[in-house]
Amino acid sequence: MATTATRSRPPLWRDVRALRVAFQVAVLVAVVALFSYLADNLRANDVEFDFAFLDQQAGFRIAYTDLLPSDTVRSAILTGLRNTLTVALLGIVLTLVLGTLVGIARLSGNWLLRRAAGVYVEVLRNIPPLLAIVFVNSAALATLSPIADATEVGGLLVMSVAEFGIVSVRGDGNGGQYVAVLVVGLVVALALARWRGRVEERTGTPARRWTWGGGAFLAIAVAGYVALSSPVVLSRPEVEGLSITGGARMGLPFVSVLVGLVLYTSSHVAEIVRGSILAVPKGQTEAAGAIGLSAGQRLRHVVLPQAFRIATPPIINQCLNLTKNTSLGVAVAFAELMGVTNTVIGNGHPAIPSIVVAMGLYLVLSLSISLVANIANHRLRLVER
Amino acid sequence: MAASSDALAEPLVLPEPEPPSRELTPGQWLRANLFSSPLNSVLTVVMGLAAAWLVYRFARWAFVTADWAVVRVNLRLFMVGRFPVDELWRLWVAGYLVVATLGLGLGVLTSAARRPVEPGDDLEPEAARSPARRAVGLLHRFWPAVLAVVVILGFTRTPLPTVGTLGLVAVGVAAHAAGSRLPARLQRWTVLVVIAGLVASLQVIVAGEGGVGWDEWGGLHLAVAATVAGIVLAFPLGLVLALGRRSSLPGVRVVTVAYIEAFRAVPLVTLLFLGRYMIGFMFPNTVEPPSFLVRAVIAITLFEAAYIAEIVRGGLQAVPRGQIEAAQAIGLSPVKVMRLVVLPQALRAVIPAMVGQFISLFKDTSLLAIVGFFEMLRVVDAVTQQDAFRGQGLRPIALAFVGLIYWAGCSTMSRESQRLERRLGVGER
Repeated sequence: MATTATRSRPPLWRDVRALRVAFQVAVLVAVVALFSYLADNLRANDVEFDFAFLDQQAGFRIAYTDLLPSDTVRSAILTGLRNTLTVALLGIVLTLVLGTLVGIARLSGNWLLRRAAGVYVEVLRNIPPLLAIVFVNSAALATLSPIADATEVGGLLVMSVAEFGIVSVRGDGNGGQYVAVLVVGLVVALALARWRGRVEERTGTPARRWTWGGGAFLAIAVAGYVALSSPVVLSRPEVEGLSITGGARMGLPFVSVLVGLVLYTSSHVAEIVRGSILAVPKGQTEAAGAIGLSAGQRLRHVVLPQAFRIATPPIINQCLNLTKNTSLGVAVAFAELMGVTNTVIGNGHPAIPSIVVAMGLYLVLSLSISLVANIANHRLRLVER
Repeated sequence: MAASSDALAEPLVLPEPEPPSRELTPGQWLRANLFSSPLNSVLTVVMGLAAAWLVYRFARWAFVTADWAVVRVNLRLFMVGRFPVDELWRLWVAGYLVVATLGLGLGVLTSAARRPVEPGDDLEPEAARSPARRAVGLLHRFWPAVLAVVVILGFTRTPLPTVGTLGLVAVGVAAHAAGSRLPARLQRWTVLVVIAGLVASLQVIVAGEGGVGWDEWGGLHLAVAATVAGIVLAFPLGLVLALGRRSSLPGVRVVTVAYIEAFRAVPLVTLLFLGRYMIGFMFPNTVEPPSFLVRAVIAITLFEAAYIAEIVRGGLQAVPRGQIEAAQAIGLSPVKVMRLVVLPQALRAVIPAMVGQFISLFKDTSLLAIVGFFEMLRVVDAVTQQDAFRGQGLRPIALAFVGLIYWAGCSTMSRESQRLERRLGVGER
């Protein structure tokens, strides 16, 4: 009797295996049907996904780039993408520095510093990033002077309504070779640091890997600088007539997006940094104290490495958010990817394919950041015993 | 339930000895917090001077230099956009409906979240406090919102809005009290009551002679409406997506993961633009295409659903496996395991994260200004173009006002969500 019960299969509509297959097929069919229905409607309404416009003339310029009106829409969009990447990279670096400082300041023993950092965080993370960008933009427009009497800060920074200039380094003839020298120096320094690290692990005594690595890099950098007879020079911004010469020049829209996003995102990063440091169990600090580590050593060898692990995923998430939020630059006419796409549409090119192209590029950008983040996360993961 | 466990616990509670006082004298406090080392003293002095200067500059700007006339004259535009004056009563009625039902819902929620007070808890039972202390406590809890409301009412020129707002607060408090005392057998209808309240308030605004369709909405009203619509519509979709992502069926998982990852990888602005241009063409040409606002809400809903799915997934993962196994062991069907055991626990755990998502969507509604809606940031553009205010550098002033409203809304909600998180004990598990 038992054998018949196990042998005989239940009817099809109660067989779990059959139901699983049927349900998946139903879901997939529903998705495909939805897509084909929408595609049919699009076709019936004469919407075509024709990407030929990418090879037509763009017909506009983008400030601070060498895009010509005769260039193609494709190169205009790629220029926009480059602006997006520039502001995102610069923004991420500044955000991490500022956010870490503010986050640590929130844990300071100094009441005033702690409260000031608290106000910074509470104000900035509770306003829309778009408002931050637009506010920076309009406040700059209302307070800065025209270029003729621009504000100069110690020859390092020039600020005017029209444009900003900041001190920069510029290659001078041998600049390209010097970059190669620096890359070699970096590789050598990393190799040395790794070797000293292994020595440290083997012998158990400090092997000064940072001194070795940093020293090697510095030595190679200085030697290269002398050998190539000063290949890079400092370039200071100066007002000349109605524009700025020298230094790195930036338009107000770029500065608005950068400053607005850095202010907004750094407040979130500060909270993550603070939370991560607090999340390290108190017992860890106490144990480190018990084996005789000083306050600085406790922080460096015990608390920060663990806090760093906790903080990495949410901070990468914030970097991703910052990258996506660069699309808000469209509100202050900054020519990033979305801004350029908007201009392209305004010039009479088909709207839907243009936005699809922009979305595709954002998709690739975000997914590649996620990919890198996942790999980093995997390698940083604590191996539990 | 709280009462019975209190009664059980009562004989066990021993009078605890008072802990030694840890109060510092002002001098000790100053030394410990501001002048603990020479470096700290220098820092304090420098920071103190900088802070004083900033506060002085800000106060001077806010109370002396800045001319707030641009806000005062256009207050209604900021609040409700171009809503017809004769129909404003509809908004008030709708507001009363929403406040009453939401107050009721929140009351039920807090009574569900209330747990027996344990020794060492710093949460006093609220009922034990005097009315004056409760009022101070409420003010302390909601001060950003109170500040914003006082500033807004300070700009009004008739007493009517003030009276109406006080009425709203009174109705809200009464509904909250009623909700927290609701018998358990009525509590299960709360979600339906809240939804009915939202639908009824929508009907009050749009229906009948002189009704104002949502395409004519603007200002703060539009932002709030878009946020609520976005969350309410996105939640069911997000729930389905989360269940799909956790499913053991590969076909379902692939579809949902692709949806979630794709929508989370693109900025909302691109979706709003795409929705504006494309959704109209996605309907058969015999049907009238939906209005621009409906398209924007569709885009927001699809976008939010992906984020809500990830939040709910977090909640689902937090439910211990033993719960599911136990439910299966007593013979519940998979659907019942989900409905009766997993989802109640998962959804309770994600309430704070959902509030966070609500805040983030409220902030994101500012993007509606980019795609051409009369949202508050667009109102700023419009009013600084008026003849009386053009070219006077008034945009920072108008933006500061809008910023105050956003800040008050977001920071009140985030403070409440932190409080809720502490009460639900989500962080403790």
